[in-house]
Amino acid sequence: MQERLQELKADALKQVEEANEVKALQDVKVQYLGKKGPITEVLKGMGKLPKEERPVIGQLANDVREEIATAIETKKQKLENEALEKQLEEETIDVTLPGRPAPTGGPHLLTNLIEEIEDLFIGMGFEVAEGPEVEADYYNFEALNLPKGHPARDMQDSFYITEEILMRTHTSPVQARTMEKHEGKGPVKIICPGKVYRRDTDDATHSHQFTQIEGLLVDKHVRMSDLKGVLNAFAKQMFGEEREIRLRPSFFPFTEPSVEMDISCKMCGGEGCSVCKGTGWIEILGAGMVHPNVLEMAGYDPKEYTGFAFGMGPERIAMLKYGIDDIRHFYTNDVRFLNQFHKA
Amino acid sequence: MFVSLNWLKQYVDLQGLTPEDLAEKITKTGIEVEGVEPFGEPIEHLVVGYVKECAQHPNADKLNLCQVDVGDETLQIVCGAPNVAQGQKVAVAKPGAVLPGNFKIKKAKLRGEESSGMICSLQELGIDSKYVPKEYEDGIFVFPEDTDAEVGADATSLLNLDDVILELGLTPNRSDALSMLGVAYEVAAMLDTDVKLPNEDVQITDQKASEEVSVKVDATDLNPYYGAMVIRNIEVGPSPLWMRNRLVASGIRPINNVVDITNYVLLEYGQPLHAFDYDRFGSKEVVVRRAQEGETIKTLDDEERTLSSDHLVITNGKDPVAIAGVMGGADSEVHEGTTSVLLEAAYFDPQTVRKASKDHGLRSESSVRFEKAVDPDRVKRAGLRAAQLLSQYANGEVLEGVVDHDELSYEEAVVTITTSRMNHVLGTNMTDEHIQDILRKLGFSYNQNGEEFEVSIPTRRGDITIFEDMVEEIGRMYGYDDIPFTMPGGEGNAGGLTKHQSLRRKVRHYLEGAGLSEAITYSLTTEERAQMLISPDVKTEDLRPVHLAMPMSEEHSHLRLSMVPELLASASYNIARKQQDVAFYEIGSIYVSEESILTKQPNEEERLSGVLTGSWVSHPWQQEKKNVDFYVLKGILEGLFDLLDLESEITYKQAKVEGMHPGRTAIIELNGKAIGHLGQLHPALQKEYDLKETYVYDVDLEALFAAVSDEESYTPIPRHPSVSRDIALVVDNDVKAGDLRKSILEAGQPLVQHALVFDLYQGEHLPEGKKSLAFSLRYLDPTRTLTDEEVEEAHNAILEKVKADYNAELRG
Repeated sequence: MQERLQELKADALKQVEEANEVKALQDVKVQYLGKKGPITEVLKGMGKLPKEERPVIGQLANDVREEIATAIETKKQKLENEALEKQLEEETIDVTLPGRPAPTGGPHLLTNLIEEIEDLFIGMGFEVAEGPEVEADYYNFEALNLPKGHPARDMQDSFYITEEILMRTHTSPVQARTMEKHEGKGPVKIICPGKVYRRDTDDATHSHQFTQIEGLLVDKHVRMSDLKGVLNAFAKQMFGEEREIRLRPSFFPFTEPSVEMDISCKMCGGEGCSVCKGTGWIEILGAGMVHPNVLEMAGYDPKEYTGFAFGMGPERIAMLKYGIDDIRHFYTNDVRFLNQFHKA
Repeated sequence: MFVSLNWLKQYVDLQGLTPEDLAEKITKTGIEVEGVEPFGEPIEHLVVGYVKECAQHPNADKLNLCQVDVGDETLQIVCGAPNVAQGQKVAVAKPGAVLPGNFKIKKAKLRGEESSGMICSLQELGIDSKYVPKEYEDGIFVFPEDTDAEVGADATSLLNLDDVILELGLTPNRSDALSMLGVAYEVAAMLDTDVKLPNEDVQITDQKASEEVSVKVDATDLNPYYGAMVIRNIEVGPSPLWMRNRLVASGIRPINNVVDITNYVLLEYGQPLHAFDYDRFGSKEVVVRRAQEGETIKTLDDEERTLSSDHLVITNGKDPVAIAGVMGGADSEVHEGTTSVLLEAAYFDPQTVRKASKDHGLRSESSVRFEKAVDPDRVKRAGLRAAQLLSQYANGEVLEGVVDHDELSYEEAVVTITTSRMNHVLGTNMTDEHIQDILRKLGFSYNQNGEEFEVSIPTRRGDITIFEDMVEEIGRMYGYDDIPFTMPGGEGNAGGLTKHQSLRRKVRHYLEGAGLSEAITYSLTTEERAQMLISPDVKTEDLRPVHLAMPMSEEHSHLRLSMVPELLASASYNIARKQQDVAFYEIGSIYVSEESILTKQPNEEERLSGVLTGSWVSHPWQQEKKNVDFYVLKGILEGLFDLLDLESEITYKQAKVEGMHPGRTAIIELNGKAIGHLGQLHPALQKEYDLKETYVYDVDLEALFAAVSDEESYTPIPRHPSVSRDIALVVDNDVKAGDLRKSILEAGQPLVQHALVFDLYQGEHLPEGKKSLAFSLRYLDPTRTLTDEEVEEAHNAILEKVKADYNAELRG
């Protein structure tokens, strides 16, 4: 009986070895391990054996059964793996073919820049204030210390609609309106982005419409050193840690003192080059301490309150940053221009 | 303002600073130096030569053969200039010299004669021909006889070629620097040094000017000071070389000594003067008055000008002889034969001069200075200085006295400052001594009382009137670089965006993610475009596009009532440049008014608009290609409304809108109220814009944002399964899917959560005029698991309802 079992085992293992597909393995399994299979037969005949041999043969029969089952399972695994590998091999694609394009939109360069600047100032506690583009003469000029007859408010330079209504020439009227709303009480801490209009003929450096971002801080103890601190923080975040700023005296009717802020030239690091016209500095924005007349007209006591204001042109900043040579590009909406700034 | 450094050195010690360093300092303390330009190039081997002989070239009619003494030798030079002559002192470029333009001077033979060098014209030395005096325009330059020019001496400095010019960009408040003296005060304060003032001593004759002229001012408010001097026996001729050099360096062309001297003093003092030919003045009385309406004068430029009562004129008691501060009359102009001069030094009202200068289109060095108000203290002194120069350089005899009308205020403004307030505003820690020091440098006198300074502002600094003006003076002299960096104190604000601003950003980011590019178009458009494609929610009978009073062009004359027309133009621009696929959005304002003449500002309404045309998806190798169509656009907008959680409040209504395709346009309604539209552009307009199939949209963002709920809520994820059922309905062709869906949702309440169109079929197996619409429905009760019977019941209710509403049959 022992020989019979060994024989069966050898035959079965041979058949397992020879099986090339799962189906054949299944047949081997049925043939040898099935209820009517030879091993079962052997076990059935065990009653005829002497008592002491029975456990030995029983054990052997079980071992053989186990061994065959394991062989079948191992072989099955192997065949399945091979089949899967083959299938995967067949499923191989050309990964270098182009993918299905996902939609690619993006912001306008100016909006992107304005949002970046907004976020910088929001981080310093500023709010974003907006106001009408068609303005009353009073807010655009008078409230900003530009009374009627002032040389800086020539009819020739502004788009008037009526004598009292015009396209705003800067976003400063938003400052005047916001201060007025606060009824003489501080603090006011805002930046005002928006479209502005000047009576210019469009060319490479002039645009009858452009954008501006102005900032205003009015409170009881605002110092010029605070203006320096805020502008410095802005310049470093916007243009790079290594940029220096400097203030130069300038003139605006709504601030006194008035300054212009330069940043050290990125191209030459301050040595002087064609970008900075040899000076090492690039003019970025105008600023100053809010003129007492402006405070007063908005209902603030200039003895108690001081403030600073600044204003910059996103177009100019973009032109400097990217070397854009024609301001009209911002408004032509050439997709070859727009798309370049969709990338991060 | 051009500042010659060689000239500036006459008044202030520049302490050996290089022009660049000086420019940097001036820029940082007060006035932007926009340019530092060498006036000329110093030229080696350029010397003063004496023309000993000048004979005609033996072989050429138009050439001269000159023997020129250049100090250490005599050179034979062939010269073609018509004005060369024996006895002249000239500028000689010896062999080895290199003239501007890298023109190297070498020994050469010209028509057989040796020529060792060149006798130079001013142009050849690099001076712009517009500054070259007329007599030298077509020939060589000749040193005036009185020039202290030794033969053989270096000619570079005599011709001022070693000068450097600073170009100052003056802000409107710094008109004090519209003069060499003003610049000198500024630079002296910066360098902590003194200003050497010019000599104003005049040698006078016994005869009194008052015997020869009288002055009467009939408009004192416009002319508080008028001073007249009389200078006799003048010889009109060229002015001295140094003066001419300085004028040229300042950008003024020398004419003759009388004109040059008035110009010179204008530049030196900032005080415009006028010299009348005394003998042609027409009388012995100067009367200043407002012009009569319609009165005329022929000005120096030979133009006949008509005046109005806004203009101030100088008259001879009868006729105008000058427009005050703007331009003199032709009849009394100084000319070569002039022997007596009536010299005017006056203070004219800035506004009056500005008005006249503008009305007549005459902006001059004079009018510019009067417009900014001249320094009262220098008016009379400038006259004296000019008289002195006329006596010295035009041999004039100055009659005694200035005949004047004087109601001018010479009072100095007083501004009180305190050290503590100064520090408070600047954020500095200055001491009283700092302030004292700065005031001393500025040349401002003061009375000090503790930390309080009563500062007297010199009349030359008319721009300083209030405390804040002094903050600027003290601050800039202290040095803006030395003000520390601090961050604002105070209560501290959180900062941030309003709900509206945050939503706007959210919308932008969504649209960009959906594949749209942001465009920015001009708000000002043509009259035609301002009235085109106005959204139905905006359009009213009385709508009037707002237009500019004085547009620069028709292109930008009217305020838009829709962004779409300009966006279409942008799309068209791209397509003309072979960029076929355009998908734009723009967020911006339209300007709504019903007034034909505005009495108040128009309503500015923020809208979202856009244009789509061309391909939407293009993935050819997998045979996937889709052009933009109505549903591409609608899908984007649906996504947007869903993002704002307004999807259920939005409906689309088929509509006819002017300029739009009549069958492919929908009005978008929010809770039953129109807020915009979307659809295909009318083919006629597509053609006009040179566009293929193009879709546009225009939505009222403010209405949309107003509907966005502030509440943030959460619906728990259902724990019970939903049941899906599909339903295909056969209806008449004109039944709208949206209406059918509405019926389904109504009838399916409360179990139907979801009804999605998944198929639309027309054609075979369906009767003529019918279509099949298939919906996928989802039934759910969040509280329990539905039974088949319950779903069946709801389903039947839906079938009944659509049958009743639209005669819909279940498709067999």
